[in-house]
Amino acid sequence: MPVLWLILIVLALAVAGYVAGRTRAISGAGDDRRALHSLPSYYGWNVAMKVMVPAFLALILWLIAQPFMVNTKATSLLPETAIPEGSTIGLVMSDVRRVADGLDLAVEQGLLSAGEASELSVTGSDVRGTLGSAGVAVGTEITPEVLAAAQSYRATNATGNLLRAIVVIGLALLGGALALAQTKPDFRARNSVERGIRGILVGAASIAILTTIGIVLSLVFNTIEFFRIYPASEFFGSFTWAPSFGGGSELGIWPLLWGTLYISFIALLVSVPIGLFAAVYLSEYAGPKFRSVAKPALELLAGIPTIVYGLFALLTVGPLLLSVFGRDGLGWMQAGTAVMTAGLVMGIMLIPFVSSLSDDIINAVPQSLRDGSYGLGATKSETIKQVILPAALPGIVGAVLLAASRAIGETMIVVMGAGAAARLSLNPFDAMTTVTAKIVSQLTGDADFASPEALVAFALGMTLFVMTLGLNVFALYIVRKYREQYD
Amino acid sequence: MYDSPLRKTEVDTNASKISARDVQVYYGDTHAIKDVNVEILDKTVTAFIGPSGCGKSTFLRTLNRMNDTIDICRVEGLIELDGEDIYDKRVDPVQLRAKVGMVFQKPNPFPKSIYDNVAYGPRIHGLAKNKAELDEIVEKALRRGAIWNEVKDRLDAPGTGLSGGQQQRLCIARAVATEPEVLLMDEPCSALDPIATSQVEELIDELRENYSVVIVTHSMQQAARVSQKTAFFHLGNLVEYGDTSQIFTNPVDPRTESYITGRIG
Repeated sequence: MPVLWLILIVLALAVAGYVAGRTRAISGAGDDRRALHSLPSYYGWNVAMKVMVPAFLALILWLIAQPFMVNTKATSLLPETAIPEGSTIGLVMSDVRRVADGLDLAVEQGLLSAGEASELSVTGSDVRGTLGSAGVAVGTEITPEVLAAAQSYRATNATGNLLRAIVVIGLALLGGALALAQTKPDFRARNSVERGIRGILVGAASIAILTTIGIVLSLVFNTIEFFRIYPASEFFGSFTWAPSFGGGSELGIWPLLWGTLYISFIALLVSVPIGLFAAVYLSEYAGPKFRSVAKPALELLAGIPTIVYGLFALLTVGPLLLSVFGRDGLGWMQAGTAVMTAGLVMGIMLIPFVSSLSDDIINAVPQSLRDGSYGLGATKSETIKQVILPAALPGIVGAVLLAASRAIGETMIVVMGAGAAARLSLNPFDAMTTVTAKIVSQLTGDADFASPEALVAFALGMTLFVMTLGLNVFALYIVRKYREQYD
Repeated sequence: MYDSPLRKTEVDTNASKISARDVQVYYGDTHAIKDVNVEILDKTVTAFIGPSGCGKSTFLRTLNRMNDTIDICRVEGLIELDGEDIYDKRVDPVQLRAKVGMVFQKPNPFPKSIYDNVAYGPRIHGLAKNKAELDEIVEKALRRGAIWNEVKDRLDAPGTGLSGGQQQRLCIARAVATEPEVLLMDEPCSALDPIATSQVEELIDELRENYSVVIVTHSMQQAARVSQKTAFFHLGNLVEYGDTSQIFTNPVDPRTESYITGRIG
């Protein structure tokens, strides 16, 4: 039974459970809803919840677990000899899955009957031709072992799907029945629903946290794998970045880290003053009419995809800088792609982050502080400089560090604006590259995934992660230390 | 409760400090203050009383142009400080507010140290030649604010860490540090407990020696305790203005009598 049908059936059961629970509660109270502990709809929701929650939980777990089980079973059917020279079990298994999918399709299109599909053998018929006419192309000739594994794969999957349907619907019915049995006038359905809602919210929060942990773990394992085949001392100690896919590459992180920090620094140099001043103007000086137009307009900048900023860097800012600092001008710049180009454009991208967050923070400073300062005869700018900005400082530092995290993680603008040369240079008009841009170029090649040249991407990613994590922890520390309590 | 007349002195001057004539205040379309005429005397505590929303705080804020910070607020009529129109175009509201200090309903110390809170006004107005002189000004202001003994050992501690009553006295010290000529107080005790209130009231009486003090209050007992002159506002009108003893014992207007006896309000 397809998953969609299963979901629809459980939903239908939940609706039925809602109606049944509600009706049962009302009739249990002798049609007098005042005798009920909770409103009738709570009894309905209680039943519906107990139908859906266990059933869907089981469905999710099953959907995750079944592929593993089926894979393991099919793999165990493949003898060592079925794996050709120079191939891996993974490659053979993907063949098995393709054949199994092909058989499914063939049955669906009526080329084979269900019985034929499971009885099929390589000797008796042209399996490859049949699958081909069903629209599935299989590269190599299908060996009997692969076919057998595919057939077992199909069979296990079919049994699994059947069992899944039985378990899910069974759980839904069981949950509904138990909840209906609970439904008596003095049952505290309202509290029960409240607990259920809390559980759902906790679940949503945990998914976010678990995903983060999952991301970190996937990075960690690949990073460890990288450091097994490439010495960490060279990764952190070498000042040369020269990957060569033939082997013998030098993968020192410093040129990339330098590029990242240099570009981010220029971006912050552009965005922090402009963003902060814009925020001060918007929150303290601008009239309500201007503010209502200017603030959304400024925030529009945040909605522009970074690739568009990249185009801006490549086509406008780069040539513009080149005409001033290039060979025709001061002669400091070789080409349009440079740290300065990417830094300026990234700075423009970050202005709305800094200004929007700072604006909110400045607005949160209580009016009473402004009044106090004006009441002492301070001017607007004195008030802003000496009272409002110090009061808002923790939040502003947080906004700046957030912008810094964005700058460090930015990729597209760097790829298009800063060039691809990994070098250590102080000249902001030289082309450089960053950690993120190199992660992209290391992973988008034809490189063997087990080579250090590809795996270095994970070590780079991990370094970035640790850096931004450090920045965020530092931001939290600053905010906590200097937070003012307004009461 | 604290009705024992601590320091009931008669008005000992007749020099007018602030004089308001035919003052109208509008908030957008709302006519908040109507035809108010009042003479506020020097070295006197003047209390504004009246029910909530009667315009007494609004009127107080027109006296140092704090209403300028509200966009929709419009003031008409003549308000003079020492004979000079404070709404004249040539008057800098910032300079005016240095002369006419203000203490607010809720204590609002800046998120700075106690010292920097008090030194804020003198610093922006350049009242001190050097650090030693600034120290002196700060100490004097804190002593006048009757809080010196409590904070002298921790002038570097944040002002926001003090208790509510201490914060309010710090705000008063901050206001007197700029040597204003008039001190406006908008319900300065409404967030304080009775003990802190009595401390602030004593302080107000001492401040009278040097300043003209105008206090808005909801507590008629407080008005009777601290002020020499009382003005009663009702629905944006100044109903009655006179010596405090006369207002509380022998009001002329029936509305004043109703209010102080608790029949309206």
